Amino acid sequence: MSTVETKVTSVQDAPEKQETHVHVQPSSARKLSTFLSTYVFSKDHKVIGLQFLFSTLLWFLIGGLLALAVRWQVAWPWSDVPVVGKLFAQQGGQMAPEFYTMLFTMHATVMIFLVIIPILAGAFGNFLIPLMIGADDMAFPTLNMLSYWFMWPAFIAFGASFFVEGGAASSGWTSYPTLATNVNSSPGAGWGQTLWLIGLTFVGVSSMLGSVNYMTTIILMRAPGMTMFRLPMTIWAMFITAVLQAFALPVLTAAGFMQLADRSLGTGFFTPEGNIVNNAIATAGGGQPLLWQHLFWFYSHPAVYIMILPAMGMVSDILTCFARKPLFGYRPMVYSVAGIAGLGFIVWGHHMFMSGMNPALGVTFMVSTMMIALPSAVKTFNWLGTIWGGRIQFTTSMLFALSFVSMFIIGGLSGIFMAATPVDIFIHDTYFIVAHFHYVLFAGTAMGVWAAIYFWFPKMFGRTMNEFWGKVHFFLTFIFLNGTFFTMHILGAVGFPRRLADAYHYETFHHLQPLNAFMTYCAIGMVASQIIFAVNFFWSMFYGPVAGRNPWNSNTLEWTAPSPPGHGNFDFQPIVHRGPYEYSVPGVETDHLMQTDPPNAAATAAAAAAH
Amino acid sequence: MKRLAGLFWGLLFLAVPILGVVTFAVAPAYDIWLPKDVSEHGAAVDGLFYFILWLTGVVFVVTEVALFWFIWKYDANNKKAEVKYRHGSHVLEVVWTIVPAGVLLFLAIYQMNTWADVKMRRPNMAPTVEVIGRQFEWRLRYPGRDGVLGTPDDLHLVNDLHLPIDEDILIQLKSMDVLHSFFLPNVRIKQDAVPGMKIPVWFKAREEGVFDIVCAELCGWGHYKMKGRVTFESRESFEQWLEVKYQEQEATQASSTET
Ligand code: HEM
Ligand SMILES: [Cu+2]
Ligand SMILES: [Cu+2]
Repeated sequence: MSTVETKVTSVQDAPEKQETHVHVQPSSARKLSTFLSTYVFSKDHKVIGLQFLFSTLLWFLIGGLLALAVRWQVAWPWSDVPVVGKLFAQQGGQMAPEFYTMLFTMHATVMIFLVIIPILAGAFGNFLIPLMIGADDMAFPTLNMLSYWFMWPAFIAFGASFFVEGGAASSGWTSYPTLATNVNSSPGAGWGQTLWLIGLTFVGVSSMLGSVNYMTTIILMRAPGMTMFRLPMTIWAMFITAVLQAFALPVLTAAGFMQLADRSLGTGFFTPEGNIVNNAIATAGGGQPLLWQHLFWFYSHPAVYIMILPAMGMVSDILTCFARKPLFGYRPMVYSVAGIAGLGFIVWGHHMFMSGMNPALGVTFMVSTMMIALPSAVKTFNWLGTIWGGRIQFTTSMLFALSFVSMFIIGGLSGIFMAATPVDIFIHDTYFIVAHFHYVLFAGTAMGVWAAIYFWFPKMFGRTMNEFWGKVHFFLTFIFLNGTFFTMHILGAVGFPRRLADAYHYETFHHLQPLNAFMTYCAIGMVASQIIFAVNFFWSMFYGPVAGRNPWNSNTLEWTAPSPPGHGNFDFQPIVHRGPYEYSVPGVETDHLMQTDPPNAAATAAAAAAH
Repeated sequence: MKRLAGLFWGLLFLAVPILGVVTFAVAPAYDIWLPKDVSEHGAAVDGLFYFILWLTGVVFVVTEVALFWFIWKYDANNKKAEVKYRHGSHVLEVVWTIVPAGVLLFLAIYQMNTWADVKMRRPNMAPTVEVIGRQFEWRLRYPGRDGVLGTPDDLHLVNDLHLPIDEDILIQLKSMDVLHSFFLPNVRIKQDAVPGMKIPVWFKAREEGVFDIVCAELCGWGHYKMKGRVTFESRESFEQWLEVKYQEQEATQASSTET
């Protein structure tokens, strides 16, 4: 509590603050410790945000390469893997089926737990929350530092699991028992699975530390005048995401411990009586495999919104800025985020329609799942309303944000097929589902993340990224992603199952190899296009054109601070006079009014007239 | 160049609905579409699929074209008109909340009868056959001559399922080890097999033929090869086949007791 109070006061008397940061001349030992506390164990939210950003981008690369290996096997089963084939060659240069199961398990694990969740909350949440609400840092800087460093045990656990006997986890990112709990069930179910559970627990601890921090900061440390309904959508989304994390995570953590206990202490939470796997009888019984599925999805359905809400928030802000227009339906946007979060807790059963769960329960989950498409639809309409009648500037960031809207429509609509229980009988566990979640997670969230990177890069590093190469990056990514993922819908319509190392020996699926080869070519192109991004990113960090405080003429508070902001963020105390979306106000000279601009008679009149 | 930016990017976004619709339109010509359905309930399932496909297809095309239109029309480089300074519209919000809410609720209710037929209204009969998933095969157990499962005269087989057409089939689905999923693409049936549970699965086949049994739930390294075949045939040839298999089993049992 005391931390919070000192922070709040230090915001209010900003001028004096400068002095408190003058350091005594450090000796060389002190120099090292200052170096460590500034760049390594930093408590500055911006440094922590960038640490998250760099770590997650690195894992993004690893996850992408894992995906290519998966795609290779799906397109050309049992053929020699080029370049790296010799490294993990069990038979010549081709991959073994257990290796394939490990690849898709770890691809999903890395992408979800080490990329999407931490890049949204950890990188952008950390970097943007204090800046956008006008605070000098987070409420609990030490917890914040720990939330980053707790990711490291997870990095190590997941990373090391590739090298233990039997290889990394291979029961899918969902880790369904009894495949995951019984060490005899598959090679990866040994040490690999244990390390997976340990890694997951640390990711959870990290998220939880971040989550309490974000909630507290947003509630207590807003600048004077920043009411809740003057917050930018990015902050609303981060806030509700933090609430989701806080309520859903404990269930996953508990379930993870139960699975660990089943595996190492001989309990039987998830193992029924007399379960024989691979000719070995499980020691304990009396459990229920479906229990894990309920607990897992009770977290992981809300988690899919944790994986998209922040992107939705950031995209909303970027769309308004480059359409030079107020957000259409600010309050409905806020309410629909809240609605998604609330409904998100009562739809988990839609992952279990075919699981053996009581089919009558499936009916109620179908109704709630159909209804959760509603707030998503409302948001889409409001985004379209936002660009309608604007003056659109085609920056790279805007193109990515627009593509988020375009692609999210596809992912949302395919959700309706699967929500319909009778239709899900046929498409469950086929590529239709794979298409769905790649449209929301890659074509949605990842594209939103790129929009955010191009948008806030100037604030992070004081320079802008190259626009030409940014657009090339966008163009190629957009084409290749649709080539890779759109086709998955029609594969799913044939019933082509996911997670099969080779499906072509089935009469039903034998003719689908050419289509899969096409998709793999597109996937290779998609990953290759990211080289352009990587070069642009690092080159611009050092040689990009210097950006001023507000290169996009945006309204929110972070653009009033220097680029990059120094320790303590603002060189003056921001005072908020209006909402974040006052673009193109009639009668006002500039085409935008920042939240800190002093009250303006013309603006007040225009706002009154517009209502 | 700059003046064409809106057109260029707009067309890129317009390509999404165009190529999207084209993909779905040409896929059936290449047989990349719903596989042949030989079941009684399958037509209802497929009908719902097509219904949602049309409905979402219209929403997809309309919203994507609107996006293209706005991108093209409101390009800053060409636009002379004032920006519409609007914070939203109460009427629009109400309309685009109530209308989709009604449609979605209707969609949910519209599914229920078919779902109940396939998964809830179980025929009142003894199981035709027991199917047991095991890494990585489908073990089958027919009741044998006494018509009762779990007696010594049961017929045991692997991966080679035969069933009569035009009558109710009730399968008792179990798993010995890990999760599996009993997927008959041509019968529009999918049901996970769960260790510790006996799950009933029922359907009626209407055409003769031999089709795939696919395992659709990850069950370990050999998941991909957990393949079975189902043969639908007339009652007479089904019984003949049963008799042959039965005698084969008795012959092997006899020879194994002799040695
Ligand atoms: C319009 C709203 C949505 C609806 C109606 C919906 C519906 C569904 C349903 C019914 C399933 C289960 C399908 C099955 O396994 O048979 C599913 C799977 C999934 N959804 Fe969604 N969804 C929606 C939005 C989202 C969003 C926004 C995300 C993530 C950002 C997401 C991520 C996922 C993932 C990752 C899975 C697959 C999990 C797995 O089995 O590995 N969905 N969705
Ligand atoms: Cu879900
Ligand atoms: Cu399987």
